[in-house]
Amino acid sequence: MSTVTSRPARFNRSEATAHTSGKRRRRFPANRRWAGWLFALPALAMYLTFVVRPVFSSVQYSFYDWNGIGTARWVGVDNYVHVLSDPTLLSTLWHAFFLIIFFTIIPVAVGLVVAAVMRDIQSKLFGGLARTLLFLPQIIPGAASAVAWTWMYSQDGLVNQFLRAIGLGDFSRAWLGDFTFALPAVGFIGTWLSVGLCTLLLMAGIGKIDPSLYEAARMDGASWLAQFRNVTLPGLRQEIGVCVTITVIAALASFDVVFIATQGGPGQATMVPGVKVYELAFVENRLGLASALAIVLTVLVLAVVGPLQRVFRQR
Amino acid sequence: MSTAPTLTQPKRSRMTLRRINLPGTILILASMLFSVIPLLSMLSAALQPQGTIPQGLSWPADPQWHNFIDAWNLANITTLLGSSVLIVLGVVPAVMLISTMAAYALVVLKIPLGKLFFLLLLVGLTLPFEVTIVPLYQQLQDMGLLNSRVGLCLALVGLNMPFAVYWMRAHFLTVPEELSEAAGMDGAGPLRAFRLIHVPLAGPALASLGLLTFLSTWNQFLLAIVLVDDPDKRTMAGALQSFVGKYSTDLVLLNAGSVLLMAPTIIVFLILQRHFVKALLQGATKG
Repeated sequence: MSTVTSRPARFNRSEATAHTSGKRRRRFPANRRWAGWLFALPALAMYLTFVVRPVFSSVQYSFYDWNGIGTARWVGVDNYVHVLSDPTLLSTLWHAFFLIIFFTIIPVAVGLVVAAVMRDIQSKLFGGLARTLLFLPQIIPGAASAVAWTWMYSQDGLVNQFLRAIGLGDFSRAWLGDFTFALPAVGFIGTWLSVGLCTLLLMAGIGKIDPSLYEAARMDGASWLAQFRNVTLPGLRQEIGVCVTITVIAALASFDVVFIATQGGPGQATMVPGVKVYELAFVENRLGLASALAIVLTVLVLAVVGPLQRVFRQR
Repeated sequence: MSTAPTLTQPKRSRMTLRRINLPGTILILASMLFSVIPLLSMLSAALQPQGTIPQGLSWPADPQWHNFIDAWNLANITTLLGSSVLIVLGVVPAVMLISTMAAYALVVLKIPLGKLFFLLLLVGLTLPFEVTIVPLYQQLQDMGLLNSRVGLCLALVGLNMPFAVYWMRAHFLTVPEELSEAAGMDGAGPLRAFRLIHVPLAGPALASLGLLTFLSTWNQFLLAIVLVDDPDKRTMAGALQSFVGKYSTDLVLLNAGSVLLMAPTIIVFLILQRHFVKALLQGATKG
């Protein structure tokens, strides 16, 4: 806790010293500063070989029709046209955005409410246990969560058991096999994955808000809701930004959970870009089309995350 | 932090405190329950007699603990544990060393064009793995490293670079500059200063990085299933895919096996939970 709170101060100080001391720069001769690259070289080499080069190859593949073995045929932007016009492929993109409701909006909203209501509770005993349990979904592999939830959603699973217990038995169904409910059901697994992380991040953030702000608001007669709107929300801007960024990327680039829970089915009802890229490339051997879809996905992620950073970083 | 004012608060606000406590307690209990229920439901299914069809969350009258032994053998857990440990050992120390060196070069040695290098890494921070996976497969095939742990480890080290360097850079920014200047005046070269002063000082940051990298490596799924065909050479998470494929109809064994496959991370988490929670919260904020 204390390290989290003291970070900004330490950051500013060292950034400040970094700016004011131009001495170092002059003390080292140029060739010695270049020699420092020896330290950075391994990281650069690994990054270039296993990230940058594949990204460029993806771009290259996306302009070809290629099955991975035979000769590749140049097709220009055909693959992109295909991605953006084929209803099945387009629907994967919609699904990815739909998942944001479950991966991001619900967890952040719940996290905000819990954090705001919990603000005054400082119970250590409770805090430790709560943290451990809330973090569990983040610790286990996404694939394992999917197995757990597949069982929860099955005909005899806990969800239907619960519905029958409260007299809504008519509503019970095999959730992941239902064309209408499969996607929200998969999304809800994402809610389960992110809600704990968001809650804890926002709780840590709320602890950093100056209590005198709340005191002042209370003296002005501000209601709980008004305090929430005028003190809590602005104070948590940065933390909300972090939650939103992480979970939006998780939603758009989801793979593990969908792959294990539904493989994109029934039909294409839960197909997301990640699983489709895998299927196109490694099942159907259409590497060009798979790459084009991957590139479109990447551009979408960058286009969404970039502006988000800007919105939440400014204070 | 916020405890100090509560001591001096007048009666009125203490009453609001108590009023707000109840819904808060209920909420937090509910979210705690929500977090564990799927795991409990899994555990209860895993303990039912084999061949039966479990019903929701119901504690079996006669828990069949030996299901776990059967699942251990069926899922080949011994081999998988070994494989995952090998992969973690191949990835985590390399990531820690390489990224620390790079961050040291960026911040302390202030290498020329370092800003550009850092910007390049920042882009990598948000890249979805999906965009690298198709060419990575081809590339490792050309290098003869497909279906091997070495290939998987190399790819994972590369993919971890953006976050790891970002993380260590944030640490080096907190180290006072006078320190390396003093080392320089004592005649220590960059290598000596790195080894004797900067690495020891980076202990806590390195430990957190190690934990986060361990977690992401152990739980790595997409790369494991694409780059390694043989489930016995994968990470635990990756092996789950073939296990699910084989036993999807046997709910009891499927759940028992899955519990076993996720047990190691849960155990490590429970032992090191303080460090994990700290690292994860910081990791999120920095990333």
